[in-house]
Amino acid sequence: MKKLLILGAGTAGTMVANKLYHTLDPDEWKITIVDQEETHYYQPGFLFIPFGIYGKTDVIKPKRNFIPAGVEMIVSTIEMIEPEANRVRIARDNRYLDYDYLVIATGTAPHPEETPGLEGDEWRKSIHDFYTIDGTMALAKHLRNWQGGRLAVNIVDLPYKCPVAPLEFIFLADWYFHEKGMRDKVELSLVTPLPGAFTKPRAAKLLGNTLEDKNINIVPDFYIERVDPAAKKLISYEEETVEYDLLVTIPVNMGAPVIGKSGLGDDLNFVPVDKHTFLSKQFDNIFALGDAANLPTSKAGSVAHFAVDIFTQNFPRYVEGLEMLEEFDGHANCYIESGFGKGILIDFNYDVEPLPGKFPLPGIGPFSLLQESEMNHWGKMMFRWMYWNILLKGKEMPITAKMSMAGKWA
Amino acid sequence: MSANELTQISVELDADGFLVNPDDWNRDIAIQLAAELGIELTDRHWQVIDFCRKDFKETGSVPTLRRITKVGGVPTKELYKLFPKGPAKKVAKVAGLSKPTGCI
Repeated sequence: MKKLLILGAGTAGTMVANKLYHTLDPDEWKITIVDQEETHYYQPGFLFIPFGIYGKTDVIKPKRNFIPAGVEMIVSTIEMIEPEANRVRIARDNRYLDYDYLVIATGTAPHPEETPGLEGDEWRKSIHDFYTIDGTMALAKHLRNWQGGRLAVNIVDLPYKCPVAPLEFIFLADWYFHEKGMRDKVELSLVTPLPGAFTKPRAAKLLGNTLEDKNINIVPDFYIERVDPAAKKLISYEEETVEYDLLVTIPVNMGAPVIGKSGLGDDLNFVPVDKHTFLSKQFDNIFALGDAANLPTSKAGSVAHFAVDIFTQNFPRYVEGLEMLEEFDGHANCYIESGFGKGILIDFNYDVEPLPGKFPLPGIGPFSLLQESEMNHWGKMMFRWMYWNILLKGKEMPITAKMSMAGKWA
Repeated sequence: MSANELTQISVELDADGFLVNPDDWNRDIAIQLAAELGIELTDRHWQVIDFCRKDFKETGSVPTLRRITKVGGVPTKELYKLFPKGPAKKVAKVAGLSKPTGCI
């Protein structure tokens, strides 16, 4: 029996388990998946919790519901990857798991402790995050009683998970405070190390205009060094300051510490891989997928989905010694909630920036690209159902892994 | 895309002032590219430039500020003094590397 070991049962790992379980011969392959948690979080839903749109039960389900019965699932912390010995040590019973092939899908996590001042006495009082379930729940509670003031959303460093989420957060905040009749008591600012609202030029311009229309300040090129939690100030490396009453931080994102410990990561513990095939640059029987890989594209579920589609077509060929045919193009597809029941859709890859136009989705679309519409908002709300019922289970989605120019105005 | 005549740099630069052909780079050109940004290169600047070029050769990507600090050993605060206002982009420009992608 050949052994495939998958580390991480999040979006990417779960999809790999489902797709390969149905592709590989179960008489020849034993698939094992390890994760430290029992619960699968629908992470795109964390964004809606602070504003009371979703609650906790909308975003959690047991991981086991999504792992095929023929795949062994182990809930345990991963202690060490030993690539020279083709094995992984896990905490549970101090076991070693041998593998022929390893898929690393351990994701990325926020690390507020990397920025001085974030995690002190004011953490979850005047300083909040929304990328963790505890963080987003605490923020929801805080916002319900907040009397207004200066709300700053600060991106600490790049890369971070779901690059559009901070913008969506601030758009939804604008809407939320309008509905509460207190928008005039709230000053909203996006404080970012980027030169604008987004990196890619046409999207940055459009999103910049949207911020302006909604009376949201943007403080660009602000690379934060530390927070002064007592004075409620952000301080940049250039000694510029931004004052706030409520800080929503997007902390430094790093891959799993075990990746670094095992000598498989870059300086942020992301695994260096070939950007078209996800094969490790160090070992020819290790792949990294999803946020765990150091791909030069967005860390996002849509990217993980397209990447897994390509990977699972390639893998059966690769193990037979055949050339990998499909090449990942960096495709990302993001619904951006812009508030007031509307959304913006962007679709892009390594080479093509987000363009305006129409996005033809069979049976459901078309959606408008790079402009606001109510349809885009419904696309996003519908996506939660698709995530749980189609995407995670590795079933066919009506969207191609590679980006298409159809409908785009180049 | 135009050859920059003001500083007698005879190499081709793109619209943002990055070298079109990375093989054109040499130390004299770095001095001129820096001067264009109002920076006079000191030993400390060279330490950063040399690290970035070496790292780029090894990893194939432009190092981030965090990486220059962690691996190259020059504190981020100092990078902002050496290459004020957007050091990541300025270092890449002077070192003849491609524009940092920002990874989004």
